[in-house]
Amino acid sequence: MGMTFAQKVLADKAGLDRVDVGQIVEIEPDICLSHDNTAAIAKTFAKIGVKRVKNPERFVVVLDHTVPASIEKYAQSHKEIRAFVAEQGIHRFFDAGVGICHQVLPEKGFALPGRLILGSDSHTTTYGAFGAFAAGVGRSEMAVLYATSKIWLKTPATFRIVVDGRLAEPVTAKDLILKIIGDIGADGALYRSVEYAGDAVDAMSLASRMVLSNMAIEMGAKNGYCAPDAKTFSFLEQRAETDYVPVFPDPDADYEQTLHFDASALGPQVAKPHTVDHVSPVETVAGTPVQQALLGTCTNGRMEDLRLAAKILEGRKIAAGVRLLVLPASQEILLDALREGLIDTFVKAGAMLLNPGCGPCLGAHQGVLAPGEACISTANRNFKGRMGSPDAEIYLGSPATVAASAVTGVITDPREFF
Amino acid sequence: MSKGRVWKYGDDVNTDVIFPGKYTYQPMEPAEMAEHALEDLDPGFAGSVKPGDIIVAGKNFGCGSSREQAATCLKAAGVAAIVAPSFSRIFFRNAINSGLPVIELAQGTDKIETGDEVEINFEAGTLRHKDSEYRFPALPPEVLAILEDGGLIPHVKKVLGTG
Ligand code: SF4
Repeated sequence: MGMTFAQKVLADKAGLDRVDVGQIVEIEPDICLSHDNTAAIAKTFAKIGVKRVKNPERFVVVLDHTVPASIEKYAQSHKEIRAFVAEQGIHRFFDAGVGICHQVLPEKGFALPGRLILGSDSHTTTYGAFGAFAAGVGRSEMAVLYATSKIWLKTPATFRIVVDGRLAEPVTAKDLILKIIGDIGADGALYRSVEYAGDAVDAMSLASRMVLSNMAIEMGAKNGYCAPDAKTFSFLEQRAETDYVPVFPDPDADYEQTLHFDASALGPQVAKPHTVDHVSPVETVAGTPVQQALLGTCTNGRMEDLRLAAKILEGRKIAAGVRLLVLPASQEILLDALREGLIDTFVKAGAMLLNPGCGPCLGAHQGVLAPGEACISTANRNFKGRMGSPDAEIYLGSPATVAASAVTGVITDPREFF
Repeated sequence: MSKGRVWKYGDDVNTDVIFPGKYTYQPMEPAEMAEHALEDLDPGFAGSVKPGDIIVAGKNFGCGSSREQAATCLKAAGVAAIVAPSFSRIFFRNAINSGLPVIELAQGTDKIETGDEVEINFEAGTLRHKDSEYRFPALPPEVLAILEDGGLIPHVKKVLGTG
């Protein structure tokens, strides 16, 4: 019997010929990521009693969650993190403003096929889009990784999600992943490794595959893999920090389940408050008033997302009473968007441009909601209280749905603009 | 062995309602974290939870963020164990690493209500509720060792001899 992608990567990292589902292995990740939580991790690391970070070259630190600091406590944490990375020789440090970690790692060529990447952030699954095995861990585990470079992982069973057909504009990978999560539930792939496959995935850009992998965690998955292909290799050509060996599942791998979806039949989807699997077609919530619209985050803050939104916003104004917040996912994307005139389009439409970073996504910083307000967002979570007041409502949709809704002031089917 | 009063919650209790994002990047001691435990799900919890109380919930407990405070705040609030049919994988790890036992109980959680008393025998892998006894699988030895040492950090200090 062949092995799945997850089995092959874990066997490789554990130095074994084969691992089976359920087997616990001790491995050393290739790359470990942390962000603003590095301040807390550094304090835990100090408690372990090990003076130096082992293998500092394997760690990446990105300040993105509360940048620039809005309160003194954040500023203090950032200051401690800067001192920690300098003292420990962690040179892969990206200070406030460079971008969201899940965008920065791919851009800098750290998210490579066949790598095992762990991050103290649940959306670390994003790097599965590049053919990496990438999963989230906790802060204590990251502190122990600083000390020992080692961690235990259990070999997960695998779901294969095959998507046939083609998405038709303005329907996007976001609509597809919302549909999948809505169908199988927030625990539908709990503890599973997910492998995305099929014509629709093959036809997707890397940015779109990142949406699928990013949100794998929202159905409980441990990682969300897309097979690397010519598009992956060409993206990495000028970026990859080292050579890499892509890992593919064996053709006779043993899948616990294979699920089929059809992209051609799909329309825009929206996740309603307060769970990501509370999904229905946009028509069913059309007309719901929104006071805020958010375009950005590690899910949908890339060029193709901004371009799609700009198609709708070009020459139009956002509705009175709506705040449209735009956050490119990184400095690189911000520059590209400036060059293409997209930022011009957004600002002329009445949008507020925020700095690359997580911004309002997690309610710790900018753009929080008041009780009774509703937001349509391209982010990945709509949990109660996630963006400020627990009495506010968050709807999740694609960049097209967010732009269309910002223009009308109510949740709107973006197909009306195409 | 652990005997305690139950706080009962539903399916998919997520990390944002256990420990809101607005506190996640503010440095805090565990005792202060405990004051915010379950703030957006059950505002009455933090004020009246007693040491030894047990949380019983539906499937996929702790889904969402990797924030470890979601486990730490419950541990610091005195919760002796969390019982659910399934847990999100990161929360499961965070709980063990915080020294907070998590029990995957396939059957029976739907019969248990807030205020009930349950008795958990960790060695035997049994949970007693009223006249029923339910079995749960033992944790793998690697994981049990962490729990027995009181969490990941004390465990690693022991292994490295830095304690
Ligand atoms: S953009 Fe949102 S989901 Fe993504 S890393 Fe930042 S806080 Fe997390």
